[in-house]
Amino acid sequence: MEKILEVEDLHVTFTTYGGTVQAVRGVSFDLHKGETLAIVGESGCGKSVTSNAIMRLIPSPPGKITKGSVKFKGKDLTKVSEKKMRSIRGVDISMVFQDPMTALNPTLTIGTQLTEGIKEHQNLSNSEAEKKALQMLELVGIPNPDERMKQYPHQFSGGMRQRIVIAIALICQPELLIADEPTTALDVTIQAQILELFDEIQQATGVSIILITHDLGVVAKVADRIAVMYAGKIIETGTKRDIFYKTEHPYTKGLLSSVPRLDQRGSELTSIEGTPPDLFAPPEGCPFAARCEFAMVVCNKMYPDETSLSDEHRVHCWLQDERAKKLQAASSK
Amino acid sequence: MLRYILKRFGIMLITLWIIVTLTFVLMNSIPGSPFTSESTTNEVIQENLEKHYNLDKPLFVQYLNYIKSIVTLDFGPSIKQPDRSVNDLLGQGFPISAELGGFTILFAIISGITLGIVAALRHNGVIDYLAMAFAVLGISIPNFILATLLIQKFAVDWELLPVATWASWKHMVLPVLALATGPMAIIARLTRSTMLEVLTQDYIKMARAKGLSPWKITVKHALRNALMPVVTLLGTLLAGILTGTFVIEKIFGIPGMGRYFIEGINHRDYPVIMGTTVFYSAFLIFTLFLVDIAYGLLDPRIKVHEKEGD
Repeated sequence: MEKILEVEDLHVTFTTYGGTVQAVRGVSFDLHKGETLAIVGESGCGKSVTSNAIMRLIPSPPGKITKGSVKFKGKDLTKVSEKKMRSIRGVDISMVFQDPMTALNPTLTIGTQLTEGIKEHQNLSNSEAEKKALQMLELVGIPNPDERMKQYPHQFSGGMRQRIVIAIALICQPELLIADEPTTALDVTIQAQILELFDEIQQATGVSIILITHDLGVVAKVADRIAVMYAGKIIETGTKRDIFYKTEHPYTKGLLSSVPRLDQRGSELTSIEGTPPDLFAPPEGCPFAARCEFAMVVCNKMYPDETSLSDEHRVHCWLQDERAKKLQAASSK
Repeated sequence: MLRYILKRFGIMLITLWIIVTLTFVLMNSIPGSPFTSESTTNEVIQENLEKHYNLDKPLFVQYLNYIKSIVTLDFGPSIKQPDRSVNDLLGQGFPISAELGGFTILFAIISGITLGIVAALRHNGVIDYLAMAFAVLGISIPNFILATLLIQKFAVDWELLPVATWASWKHMVLPVLALATGPMAIIARLTRSTMLEVLTQDYIKMARAKGLSPWKITVKHALRNALMPVVTLLGTLLAGILTGTFVIEKIFGIPGMGRYFIEGINHRDYPVIMGTTVFYSAFLIFTLFLVDIAYGLLDPRIKVHEKEGD
């Protein structure tokens, strides 16, 4: 399958009065056409920063991409001019934001907000742009789109607004859609509807999706592949089956076991002890070592290289490293 | 909407009535009468004069007379300048005061908002610091000090602009500058802080994600939301500029309304005091009403008429 996006060794830092935060520390992944990749991790692990870095939407200063490349269809987005980047944003790559209550401008009508993107990038007349917007509203399931176009965001419910945000993201028919926690701010019932909508849209348009989330339930529903992030690094990546059934990294295991389960009533919720490392001064070794029950001496000293467990399934963990295994075998003799 | 406007007009009338009554009470509690300064008048003449202007009647009757003159919009002749009616004085002074006030407001809004936006977009940069230092100065320096400074430099030292009076655009520059700097500084500071707040909103990020140009994002998405508090402030600023015109008109010798207002009080020229007060209050109340309407137009969430439907 054709690769649409290749992110390699991406580093993003934020300079603050307190020091430099290394928010993203060498993230690499790629995305195929028509695929959904979920980036999973807890708050502050760098998921959103990664997605914003792809769009070059990191506020600069203080944010900066210090190293690495983001190749979209072979072109390195970290190198193109701001003007060129503007012609890519919203056209080739679009974004859906977390909170639909704040993502829409309260003083402009839905119609204006829908059409302004396509008017900016394509030479369309008002009526053509409007027709396109109506189609989009219909696609995302807004009833009476004709009337709704003239209304303001406060006249819509949260779920409706998220549908509109998605319609806005899709209006120029992008090839890549980045959804940054698109269901976090919604009711559970609406969450399911929105996820189904993503599925439908992908089938209808063939768009590739990067889904940023901390909700493993969401991941299980829509993702093809999963990348697990921790402290600014991707520590395990693989297909949905790999991550859910052949989990290797202790952190991923911890994440999975901390999901509440319906079939284990009464038992206390499992949690991962400790807190993520301070990204002002990230540890030299594996960032999870301090919280990991299997941590070895080497874990605190050196960051583990990537170990490929299969074509898709890769993990950064000394437990899986050949050298560590040999060492363990030797010491137990 | 019509119902709302009618209701507001009712409230405006009540406000006006309260102002008129208070002014009447204050006016009559100041010692002295219109004729005390004239040393030549003997008691008999004074009594006759008071009789002529109905000042010998009980206060309540005088009050009713005033109300009547306000309702009929005829404030009668000035006591000090008996050959001219109060309406005449207002009709002559108002266009000039309105010109001064209008240009001031216009200048303050345009330059204040521009300064605020530039400062916000260059947040923590040199321009930002310069603009805000300028704004703090503008707020701190009273307009009469600024006026004298401007006259000294531009008119006396460099002889670039006329010292006083009101004839051509050149005469307008200094008074408008002196009067507008304070409000401009306040508007600039407010615009900057609301802009900074708005620029961090998700919908601005979303507008950027759409690939819109920085200009469109600033004007279409940020500015309109940032202007909301500025519009609210406008009402108060208007009052400040109105009172500021008294001082500035005096300094620059501008024949506007302010002169009559001050002279009216100094001379206890009751009809002039009442006329100018009513006129100023009505003007201010009406502009505040316009500000409220503008607020509803700027922000669709504020629907001035919706609550009236019950």
